[in-house]
Amino acid sequence: MLGYIDKIREISKRLLDEGRVDMIIGFRKGTIPMMNEPCFVKNSGELSTLVWDSNCGINLANYLTDRKEKIGIVAKGCDSRNIVTHIIENKIKREKLVIIGIPCKGMIDKRKVAGMFENGIDDITEEDNILRVKSRGVETSLKKSDLLQENCELCIHRNPVIYDELAGPLVEEQKDVDRYADVRRIEAMTAPEKWEYFKDLISPCIRCYACRNACPLCYCPTCFVDESRPQWCGKGQDEIDTRTFHFLRAYHCAGRCTDCGACERACPVGIKVRQFTSKLNKDCLDMFGWEAGLSPDQRPPLDTYKPADPGDFIK
Amino acid sequence: MKVIKIDKNDWAGGIGKIQSSYRLYGPVKGDAFHDFKALEKGELPDLNFFNTRVSPKSVVYPQSEVMFEYSLDEKDAEHHILKDAAKDYSPKAVLGIRPCDAASFLLVKRNFDTPEYKDPYWIRSYEATTFVGYACNNPCSTCFCTTAGSGPFNEEGLDVLLVDEGDCYYAKVITSKGENLLNAAGWKTEADGGAPDKIAALGKEAGSKIGSSVATDQLKDKKTTELYEAPFWEDVSFACINCGTCTYLCPTCWCFDIQDENSGCSGVRMRNWDSCMFPLFTIHGTGHNPRGTKLQRVRQRFMHKLKYYVDKYDNGIQCVGCGRCIRSCPVNIDIRRVCDMMNSYDPKACACPAK
Repeated sequence: MLGYIDKIREISKRLLDEGRVDMIIGFRKGTIPMMNEPCFVKNSGELSTLVWDSNCGINLANYLTDRKEKIGIVAKGCDSRNIVTHIIENKIKREKLVIIGIPCKGMIDKRKVAGMFENGIDDITEEDNILRVKSRGVETSLKKSDLLQENCELCIHRNPVIYDELAGPLVEEQKDVDRYADVRRIEAMTAPEKWEYFKDLISPCIRCYACRNACPLCYCPTCFVDESRPQWCGKGQDEIDTRTFHFLRAYHCAGRCTDCGACERACPVGIKVRQFTSKLNKDCLDMFGWEAGLSPDQRPPLDTYKPADPGDFIK
Repeated sequence: MKVIKIDKNDWAGGIGKIQSSYRLYGPVKGDAFHDFKALEKGELPDLNFFNTRVSPKSVVYPQSEVMFEYSLDEKDAEHHILKDAAKDYSPKAVLGIRPCDAASFLLVKRNFDTPEYKDPYWIRSYEATTFVGYACNNPCSTCFCTTAGSGPFNEEGLDVLLVDEGDCYYAKVITSKGENLLNAAGWKTEADGGAPDKIAALGKEAGSKIGSSVATDQLKDKKTTELYEAPFWEDVSFACINCGTCTYLCPTCWCFDIQDENSGCSGVRMRNWDSCMFPLFTIHGTGHNPRGTKLQRVRQRFMHKLKYYVDKYDNGIQCVGCGRCIRSCPVNIDIRRVCDMMNSYDPKACACPAK
């Protein structure tokens, strides 16, 4: 996956020089270990700032919303599925985009790695499946595949589903992945157990909305938590208000979430936000055979009606 | 200055003694990180930490704070009259606060305690608090306190500075408030005459481990309008998702919003932390938003911390270099980089085409 960057720069240079795009959206090297920064490049002389490694977990589709320029965008499997969702929901026009597809092998869970080094991490280098971590002068080698974000471990759409260019050969998709073990565990709980479980899950929440804002699906001009007439949700630290935010946000993503993991990655206090959206993803799969963002030609199940739609819940 | 030596064997006992006279707060480890929490009876602060994820500003200035209560029941003789909410301003102490975070309270005080305006909640809460600092022998790689007006052994804002010396803590007495706490805990053994030198040597060593810095010397001389119109803001703000992580984790961000919340026939007027990163922060009743774009909001955060504050108070930047915003920003916006861009900005040298 590290070898992609030369190809990304080469494609980007061609697109910019030929005037096919006004800007390239990608990542530049971060200032701290395991972080890269989403960025744009408009001048092909500045393409050397672009990087690609296993720290590009933020979903770049989030940076396309309502943009009017012609854009070349670097897209992993999940990013490409959110681009599809954006196209379906009229947040970007397909003809404005040149998609540089990234066959992805997963992004590193920075918290998992950081948690292994009590003395902090000074530097990390990556080589195929090996991470070399320097902490207070001591170097440790780790296997990258053991340290992926959970959504990447469970990913079955690593290859971009829509693209114009490719940064490398397509990768083999993971098979026989049990994507919803966590959901089944929670489904098996009693109602009071679920209540307690979710209460604990979101108890560290500081209402910074990083989960919402990192999500390409959350583009409402005014989010329901920010409405003041009527004010649906209190703004303090009341746990019912916090819960209202998390539950409703998840429902707004039903049938749209691609499980890109941006919400979890962004959360400053490490809340497993995907525990909410995963359940809705599983329901969409079970009830409608639906996975979001696989094709721009299919309408999502929650904005269409079919006579065969399951209706058992109507009593 | 007096230095007390606290044998680590006497640490828990001393804390037990002050628990009845102070409400204690200290770093406590959750699932994955430390945060300042109220300590239960018998609970000790966990000093095996670099720094907490969220700053300790909430000990004095909670994220949500009820100021008034009222009744909306017209049968109630005093309906629709705001009444002060019950508050507890009895003594409290923060054990194990890092020097950068302690310094941040002095900086926030410039806003909440001015000759013209006094914030009664913040001031009373602050005055009730004794700050027992914990010197950083091993700073993080993202700490830049030494160039942000603080330092790993900085004493400003502290009442006592604890220094870890293997089997014991040296407790440097900085104020009488601090001395009272040490006395109440029964920590009275004066350290030998070599202790101040030892502390100074450890402090020097810790300072030399700070590998990260910002340059701030030119900020004051820059023209506000030129910085405001600098072309780099588009680049700086592009990645920002406008979440509140940086401002909510920051020890020096002080902005709040006031809300009334009713339930049935009663209600409260409360204040909650707010963030200049949110569009809601500036939106007018008309619907007009003077800071309607992401670029404007990101620029505001940095201009406030690194230019407006610098000009208004002539006392450095509104940042103590704790590095929380750098470590937790979901998209790696780094205040050190932005500060250096602002500090070195020369509009004449900028080759960027005018907009």
